[in-house]
Amino acid sequence: MKLLLGLGSCGIAAGALEVEKVFSKVFQGSSLSLQRVGCNGMCFAEPLLQVITDEGESRYYGRLNADSAQELASDLLKGVLPDAGVLPQEEMQFLQKQTRIALRHCGLIDPENIDSYLAAGGYKALEKAFTLAPEEVIEQVLLAGLRGRGGAGFGAATKWQAARNEQEKIKYIVCNADEGDPGAFMDRSLCEGDPHSVLQGIIIAGYAVGAQEGLLYVRAEYPLAVHRLQIAVRDAEKKGFLGKNILGSGFDFTIRVVQGAGAFVCGEETALLASLEGKRGMPQPKPPYPAACGYKGKPTVINNVETFANVPWILENGPEAFAAMGTSDSKGTKVFALAGKIKRGGLVEVPMGITLGQVVMDIGGGTVSGRPVKAVQIGGPSGGCLPASLLDTPIDYAHIGRTGAIMGSGGLIVIDDSDCIVDMARFFMEFCCHESCGKCPSCRIGTQRMKEMLEKIIAGKGNMEDLEKLNEMALAIRDGSLCGLGSSAPNPVLTTMRYFPEEYEEHIKDKRCTALQCRALLHYAVKEDECAGCGLCADACPSGAISEKENIWQINKEKCNACGLCCQACPNKSIHLCSGEVTQ
Amino acid sequence: MTKANNQSVDLSPVGAILAKHQDPKGELIALLQDLQELYGYLPQEVLLYIADKADIPMARLAGVATFYAQFHLECPGKYQILICNGTACHVNRSQELAEIIEDKTGVAEEQTSLDGLFFWRRVACLGCCSLAPVMMVNSQVYGKLDKSKTAAIIDELRNQERTVR
Repeated sequence: MKLLLGLGSCGIAAGALEVEKVFSKVFQGSSLSLQRVGCNGMCFAEPLLQVITDEGESRYYGRLNADSAQELASDLLKGVLPDAGVLPQEEMQFLQKQTRIALRHCGLIDPENIDSYLAAGGYKALEKAFTLAPEEVIEQVLLAGLRGRGGAGFGAATKWQAARNEQEKIKYIVCNADEGDPGAFMDRSLCEGDPHSVLQGIIIAGYAVGAQEGLLYVRAEYPLAVHRLQIAVRDAEKKGFLGKNILGSGFDFTIRVVQGAGAFVCGEETALLASLEGKRGMPQPKPPYPAACGYKGKPTVINNVETFANVPWILENGPEAFAAMGTSDSKGTKVFALAGKIKRGGLVEVPMGITLGQVVMDIGGGTVSGRPVKAVQIGGPSGGCLPASLLDTPIDYAHIGRTGAIMGSGGLIVIDDSDCIVDMARFFMEFCCHESCGKCPSCRIGTQRMKEMLEKIIAGKGNMEDLEKLNEMALAIRDGSLCGLGSSAPNPVLTTMRYFPEEYEEHIKDKRCTALQCRALLHYAVKEDECAGCGLCADACPSGAISEKENIWQINKEKCNACGLCCQACPNKSIHLCSGEVTQ
Repeated sequence: MTKANNQSVDLSPVGAILAKHQDPKGELIALLQDLQELYGYLPQEVLLYIADKADIPMARLAGVATFYAQFHLECPGKYQILICNGTACHVNRSQELAEIIEDKTGVAEEQTSLDGLFFWRRVACLGCCSLAPVMMVNSQVYGKLDKSKTAAIIDELRNQERTVR
């Protein structure tokens, strides 16, 4: 019997370390032991234990705590597989509807133990690669149709071939693990759960391109990922998968883990290179492309974590198997981080071409509140907000692009009708404004002005001309910025104005926020038929907005600043949040 | 930077850290990270010392140190609280956490409380979206927070300090 406990950052935050302690104590002196694995993606059910019986049957015990772990451990010790605590069939759909390639080892191997990876067939792809000429390796990746998973979807083989063609002797491979999109955690999970597959992909790329060194640029906000990658590099060196004459092939290659220092713009490849060179992370005009002139002026291939994690699978299973999945222009699978108001949040990997709705409803189970899905934010702050009516859009580069959003790196945030679309647009604009490196004036100043206009609308001080101005500025920022941050920063505003014009109008014309989120447009009101007349609300109000008239308390809309203290004070719960004629 | 800070900075370990980096200019970010790990922040005299010893213009050092969110030029509190302001946390009301933290620590964002205990700021995303809203205190992540849980965490940290003293 195998017992796998998920210990990714998310599992640990959910309390998996305490659960592990309980198990270790109960199992002490017995033949049973826990195996530490990365996150299998079912973040919604963490801390999570997967039991694999000797017959190969899997059972998942979710949402463990110290008490339930104690009971479960005692049962397991007696050889009993209890039914209590097993995830219901409905929740298992989360795993059953996925096709896992990049995530194939996540949650099944111990990421801090190279032998665990080798037992799962690790580093076989590297052996295979060495039986091929470097050009043949590139050919395999080309036939597979692998496109960069970092966001823009540029063909991986095209980059590799361009760098290979350069006459320079010194070349580099850079792995971009600077996952900065708020709401995305695919790369973190991959680095924490299966670091060796990422390393293997980088080494294979190095061999194909003719590079000598790989640099893994990881966000400093991901301490566990950094730690596990460092262990993985050290172990791979010991076993001879890195260093001189790897596996007797005559190929020398090393990998260095470099920590970022907290700048979203460094996800952009030329900014990332500047950061690697110890400079401020500011983008450069292209061309020259990094494949010709990258790190230290040498040819450099930059790919994202997920792209590299796909490479070993392609070599092991053949490019045809990879290309058989997906759509005509988007091959293989894509990993998404499902979060927000979703019922079953976590990491999912699905074949390209599946619809947004299948991911959100079938795998994610819809909203946690049971309220209707209002929109899905895809592609992070550079992406777009798509309304529920577009849930039947197939997920591939072309279809998503046509909606005005982008595929992005894989963040999927679900929002329901209790979230304000205008506030979402403001949130993303604030993010881009804060993260703008300041090099291009249109991005530096433009995002600030757009943010201010959105703040004005949210404060109920907007007018209809602001919408035209927003549109005009969005196009100017898009055209006037060097890098992806600036050119895509207006996307959330453009898509929300396109799909939810009525919400903007409502904020401007009616001074109303139906989602009851924009504080300046909210006030509290007493429901007269429910009011007991105690007056506790008036005592609680710091603004003196509540007064009595013929034994009925009333809240003056103008004076109310929607702090909610009256609502908390009311023993009858007869005070409700309102905006215009909308009442909670 | 105050006088008191100036006097308390011990420059003796800087040489060893500098020696670890063959190309201090090219590895500037890693060098600053090592220094910050030692001092908890980047004291001005340390930067001046590096500028002199490694022959890197102070403007370049200051440019890099102020560009990246990770670097502090002032001594931050013993407990660094990072409130996740990622999308998932935002829609799960992370703003309320920031209000509670500000209230409980009595200090504005990006500042250190007078007792030297707390420093807080909002960060882009901690990547634990399914546990939203989350915050990180030093390297410990706390998930599925609400106002009262957040307040309790700060209270507990404060109590710990009292017992230590």
